[in-house]
Amino acid sequence: MGKKVLAVDDSKTMRDMVSFTLKGAGYEVLEAADGLLALDALGNQSVDLVITDINMPNMDGIGLVKALRQNPAYSSTPILVLTTESDDSKKNEGREAGATGWIVKPFEPEKLLKVVQKVCG
Amino acid sequence: MDEYEQFKTTYFAECAELLGDVEVQLSALSTGSEDPEVLHAIFRAVHSIKAGAGAFKYTQLAAFSHEFEALLDRMRDGRIPVTETGVSLLFRASDILSAMVESAESKTELTGNFGSQILDEISIMVNGKSSAPAASKETVNVATEDTSESEAVTVYLIDFAPKAELFKHANEPLLIVRELKTLGELSATPILNQLPPLGKMDGEEAYIAWQFKLTSKARLDEVEEVFEFVTEDCSLEITSEANLDATEMEEDIPVSEIGNPASPANTPPAAKGPVTAAKVTSIRVDLDRIDRLVNMVGELVITQSMLSQQTSDLPAEQFPSMVRGLEELALHTRELQESVMAIRMQPVKSVFSRMPRLVRELSAKLDKKVNLVTIGENTEVDKTVIEEISDPITHMIRNSLDHGLEGTEERLKLGKPEAGNVTISAEHRGGRIVITISDDGRGINRKAVLMRARERGLISETHTPSDDEIDNMIFAPGFSTAEKVTDVSGRGVGMDVVRRNIQALGGRVSIQSNPGKGSRFTMTLPLTLAVMDGMIVQAAGDKYVIPIPNIVESLRPPKSSLKQLPTGQSLVSIRGSYIPLCFLHRIFHLGGAITDPAEALVVLVESEEFGTTGIVVDELIGQQQVVIKSLESNYKSVAGISAATILGNGKVAPILDIEAIYRISQQDLRNSPLPTASDGLSGVLQDSLARTNPQLATPSIG
Repeated sequence: MGKKVLAVDDSKTMRDMVSFTLKGAGYEVLEAADGLLALDALGNQSVDLVITDINMPNMDGIGLVKALRQNPAYSSTPILVLTTESDDSKKNEGREAGATGWIVKPFEPEKLLKVVQKVCG
Repeated sequence: MDEYEQFKTTYFAECAELLGDVEVQLSALSTGSEDPEVLHAIFRAVHSIKAGAGAFKYTQLAAFSHEFEALLDRMRDGRIPVTETGVSLLFRASDILSAMVESAESKTELTGNFGSQILDEISIMVNGKSSAPAASKETVNVATEDTSESEAVTVYLIDFAPKAELFKHANEPLLIVRELKTLGELSATPILNQLPPLGKMDGEEAYIAWQFKLTSKARLDEVEEVFEFVTEDCSLEITSEANLDATEMEEDIPVSEIGNPASPANTPPAAKGPVTAAKVTSIRVDLDRIDRLVNMVGELVITQSMLSQQTSDLPAEQFPSMVRGLEELALHTRELQESVMAIRMQPVKSVFSRMPRLVRELSAKLDKKVNLVTIGENTEVDKTVIEEISDPITHMIRNSLDHGLEGTEERLKLGKPEAGNVTISAEHRGGRIVITISDDGRGINRKAVLMRARERGLISETHTPSDDEIDNMIFAPGFSTAEKVTDVSGRGVGMDVVRRNIQALGGRVSIQSNPGKGSRFTMTLPLTLAVMDGMIVQAAGDKYVIPIPNIVESLRPPKSSLKQLPTGQSLVSIRGSYIPLCFLHRIFHLGGAITDPAEALVVLVESEEFGTTGIVVDELIGQQQVVIKSLESNYKSVAGISAATILGNGKVAPILDIEAIYRISQQDLRNSPLPTASDGLSGVLQDSLARTNPQLATPSIG
């Protein structure tokens, strides 16, 4: 195990929740509060998964997905976007930008782990 | 699940807010509101409560909110009419919900059949009968996850052919195979007949398809969920071969799991009031006070950037604590500014929520049936922007209803649904808010528009504009294509005003139209009118600001890439396309600037109005956040300039209005070969801003 996940969300509660759940399951978790900070936090190190919220200041989740996909180092890194219920347009926008999948907020910890395993094993 | 204790606090705070929302919306409903958003809002609130309850294992709360949600779902899509009895049931159900949330928070036990009477009533409404088992079947989805054990074994045949996109989204077929395996017994056969010879293989393509045979107790939707993320990136066919044990079909799920709602106990719900009253999560503040705060922070930002500029060459080893202090000041100033800006952010809901009423009134007046859909009403934007977007949106919706949508008869004749659809949506994109208003009406009658434009002399007889150009002519001053004047959108007066108003806010508006299918207005605006990210550029010694959202890239063009048309228009060739150049020094009549573009810098900017153009400047100074000061209120409006800002050295710098710049540059080419030099604009600005607003134009230090 010991897979590395980058969790990006401007809400600290949400970051805590994601981080806590994943760490409990043996993942290593990096955190960032928006897209730009996420790019900073990454530098050019490789991660096994990026989980990002969509609505964030400075650089939103869609922008982050695009930026990551343009970088060959992250072109095949799974990316999950956090969306809210009934927001299909965001799901599609995320997909078009290159996201791997999505998690609907608010989510149950089990669901999060299940989806994480689904895309990064 | 006590490890989640710390998150529960957040959950209950959220619940209090949501229940408060429900109260507000319910009272709107009871006073006869027909706004569909009301039921949507209640649904969302109950849904959120349910999701958290599921996460924290409050089974009774989860089960109840699930039923409540089912009722709301049917009400919001019209399957169950919203009657007086219905609304009264919603009220009582929300009381039960409040009580359950409260008991979960205070960790007190409620009786197992608490609220069962209401559940029974909901069940009667939802299923048309009071037998709870029917309802409980659906409940299984949320309340328990391990019921698959008791279900029949099915053999699924799955044909799965990934497309190349699947890999571009970083999905992985092998992980899908692995997940399928967790559902039951799996055999997989790869189908290799699409596989080309090795030499012709494209690493980015997908050639291998799969056929799976899955023997599983999982339901079809559980199997489908495995492919959730790839449904659009593959061709997928799932067929269930046989039910090996069909007798299981009738099996009932033990209702005791969810607090025994089937029990006929008629315990009346405890008369607890909503828990919302005690919790105050927001306060009202006079807008003036916030504006004052925003202004002061603006000044602070300017002072801070001045300080950091004046001390930039301070040797760090000599004044370590000073330098660190300044760095922290910069950081805190930025954070303070963001926090203050956030105070003024509001969801566009307040504007969107006015639209259903407008549409209802208009559709009655025009005798057209219209469905209005709103998307993204929680998108936040600065209060000042909200105030300004209401009119343009109203105008565009009027336009869509009056000119866009056909009459009922015409629609039926065209094979369209009787009711026209108008969608209004908002979202954040690249630091701006994008609002679109689309309809499925007749689209723009390009022939009529073109004829009218020629009639009015808006374009010459010889010029053949593109479809896009024609569509956007409706924004030209004094344009109307409506055959007759109606009292709804008048003479089409207004689309030019709409565009002008939006541009004054630093926004853009355009229309895309598809004849016979409909049209879509797209309006983008800055999130705030108080600050923006700007690129500082220099021309002839003066500094100007170009809004970052407009900038595509900047470059120093090689001589070979520069061309000039006989009209005098300079072009730069970039990656195979020719892009027109505007010379900043010509536009503002500046002497002493670099005139040869090969020696200067070209900033490529983009706009919906004209596409891409290159602005020729002497130098790039750097990127920074600038505080926007109105030109009109401090000086007077100047062509080519949307506003001004004050830089770190205390000097005023104009913020360029790139659309206007492009227009001026085109006009200059038509009118005269080269304008004569006059006094620099920046100097005039310095003086006037210093006069009218002395505290702004702080003289440079040192």
